[in-house]
Amino acid sequence: MSNRADIIAAVRAAKPAIDAPAPTVPSYDEAYPQDQGGLAALFAERLGIMGGTWHAPTANQSVDDALREALADKLGEPLAADVVIASHVPEVTGNRKIEGNAEDLHDIDIAVLRARFGVAETGSVCFTEAELTVNAVAYLAQHLVVLLDPAEIVTNLHRAYQRHDTTTARYTVFHTGPSATADIEGVLVRGAQGVRSLTVIPAAE
Amino acid sequence: MSTPDPQATIQSAKATREAQPRPAKAADGKRVDHAKSAKQFLNAPEHAKSHDTRVWAMRTKRDKQAHAIEEWEELRELASQIKTHTLAHLDTYLEQFADNAEANGVHVHWAKDAAEHNRIVHEIFTDHGVKSVIKSKSMLMEECGFRHYMDGVGIEIVETDLGERIQQLDGEDPSHIVVPPVHKMRSDVAQLFAEKLGSDPDNDDAHYLAGAQRDATRPLILEADAGMTGANFAVAETGGFVVCTNEGNADLSANVPNLHVASIGIEKLVPRVEDMGVFIRLLSRSALGSPITQYTSHFRAPKDGGEMHVVLVDNGRSKRLGMDKFWSSLKCIRCGACMNTCPVYRRSGGLSYGATYAGPLGLILNPSFDLHRYSNLPFASTLNGSCTNVCPVKINIHEQIFGWRQVLAEEGHLPWTKKTALTAAGKVLASPKGYRAAIKATNSALKHLPRWALYNRMNAWGEGRDMPNPPENGTFHDWYRRNRLNKSAQASNQANNQTDNGGDA
Repeated sequence: MSNRADIIAAVRAAKPAIDAPAPTVPSYDEAYPQDQGGLAALFAERLGIMGGTWHAPTANQSVDDALREALADKLGEPLAADVVIASHVPEVTGNRKIEGNAEDLHDIDIAVLRARFGVAETGSVCFTEAELTVNAVAYLAQHLVVLLDPAEIVTNLHRAYQRHDTTTARYTVFHTGPSATADIEGVLVRGAQGVRSLTVIPAAE
Repeated sequence: MSTPDPQATIQSAKATREAQPRPAKAADGKRVDHAKSAKQFLNAPEHAKSHDTRVWAMRTKRDKQAHAIEEWEELRELASQIKTHTLAHLDTYLEQFADNAEANGVHVHWAKDAAEHNRIVHEIFTDHGVKSVIKSKSMLMEECGFRHYMDGVGIEIVETDLGERIQQLDGEDPSHIVVPPVHKMRSDVAQLFAEKLGSDPDNDDAHYLAGAQRDATRPLILEADAGMTGANFAVAETGGFVVCTNEGNADLSANVPNLHVASIGIEKLVPRVEDMGVFIRLLSRSALGSPITQYTSHFRAPKDGGEMHVVLVDNGRSKRLGMDKFWSSLKCIRCGACMNTCPVYRRSGGLSYGATYAGPLGLILNPSFDLHRYSNLPFASTLNGSCTNVCPVKINIHEQIFGWRQVLAEEGHLPWTKKTALTAAGKVLASPKGYRAAIKATNSALKHLPRWALYNRMNAWGEGRDMPNPPENGTFHDWYRRNRLNKSAQASNQANNQTDNGGDA
């Protein structure tokens, strides 16, 4: 017999003989704001708790300008010409294409991507391979800037999973703030192994 | 391309330089002596205090998160029901998962035990000429002794989780399933990194140390031939699996190289995508007290030009599934909440358990791997039940700890002193007269015997504790006889007399 058949048989023989139906999972989101503005405000608050930055463009400010303003404290103002910006959104031009092998993306300073949707409960943004192009870019870049359509914010994680993106995409990921660790004496450090900062710019698609 | 981090703290001036305690590990075939190793850990008071404080901080943060969610208890109940349902139909869900994964283009392998797991992964690496591997943290691979095996065949494994990398560089096992070096202080890490990574031995700022490791590991990530991850959950409905990290290191491991191998315990299954909402809401809140891990990653099929392998591992799980009292331990989602709340774990440190799994979950998992070696562990508990109260999937942990004590007694694995003492105690407690005589004798002994006769190897309780002073006025029974027994007899006599008198009227 194959290992598969052996293991399945062992499990079948051992499994507890109990009546245990699968429960229905409620959505638990009656108390959430019903309007777009309320959800966006909650999203921004929760994102902040997880170490991300919500940076709304001011009136008449372009997304590109908002991006430069948001990263000024990290990369200087104006951004030096040698800062490598890899953009996968039409709103930001950038100076590098996101393509090729993962290891070709090692020197990117800022990656700019559009999120598929956001989750207000946690301040998470969702990407699949369609938004990432090369999956590794969202981890190899030093800083990540994310455009999020405020109309695409769901209330909580139950609603996020009801969308079933993970059923069709090969890779689906929720990013909640930047890479972080507290492995050394409990001290919180941003930029552990992945991006050092994550900025969300609200921008309708 | 770097500017100072405005959030960076400078190095602590009062950084401790107490040497890191290193509890001895039991030799192969020998019984782990938890109490002895715990004592070695506690001999380093700065480390012991730091450990207790940090682990309890996680428990406190967990409470804050749990209390902020009105439906928290309902979520725990749902998680428990989903896991129970899955385990009761595990054969079906495993087949569904494997069929779907294969349909997605994933190579699915099945390993009955640790040795098979290591051999299968080795074969995949040999087929692809793999010499260097980056991997994220996986307790299953710890269980399998995977790194040790790969050392032996000359394949370089680089841990990408900061904590696990610290433990790898130090040649130590993880002491906590979520925070592997939680027993170490920053000065220990500074010393280790100075030795292994060439960083400044006098700088023990956590930001500096994390940065040193990031810079040292990044080239290894870019050059690796393959990446490995574990899985927190495997979804039968999609054939995909979910990995949760805070560093994004699983995403680097899986997405940078073209070959991704994931090792998954067969108990990680959940039936549907929608079940994930329940578990992701519970996992990090229970573990670290954060609303979610920074990264929640769902892998379903290989990327363009990539190849994905899944190794489903039994390694004793199907055996445990058949144990009436213990199968529900397979519901565990490895959050570590039971460790963070356990007074014994907090004060003894994870390495004192001498096993892959420390803390309360270790007490109920390890004995099923090797009953004799881990026969002391089910006694490393006060049975206070706090572990059960915080468990997000409602495993009756403290009852299972007690259950393992019964198994150990039935199968003759109790240590000699416990066995002898408990047999004698059983006889004494079964007879009221014997009990009274024993108490009197003990009290008299406590009063009159010299210290050396009372505090010796036979009296484990007396190590580090004083025996109570015997009461001045004898036992409770003496007091009762003096003050109540005679009086109540008198009172009842009086009552009878009154009734008699009344009858006279």
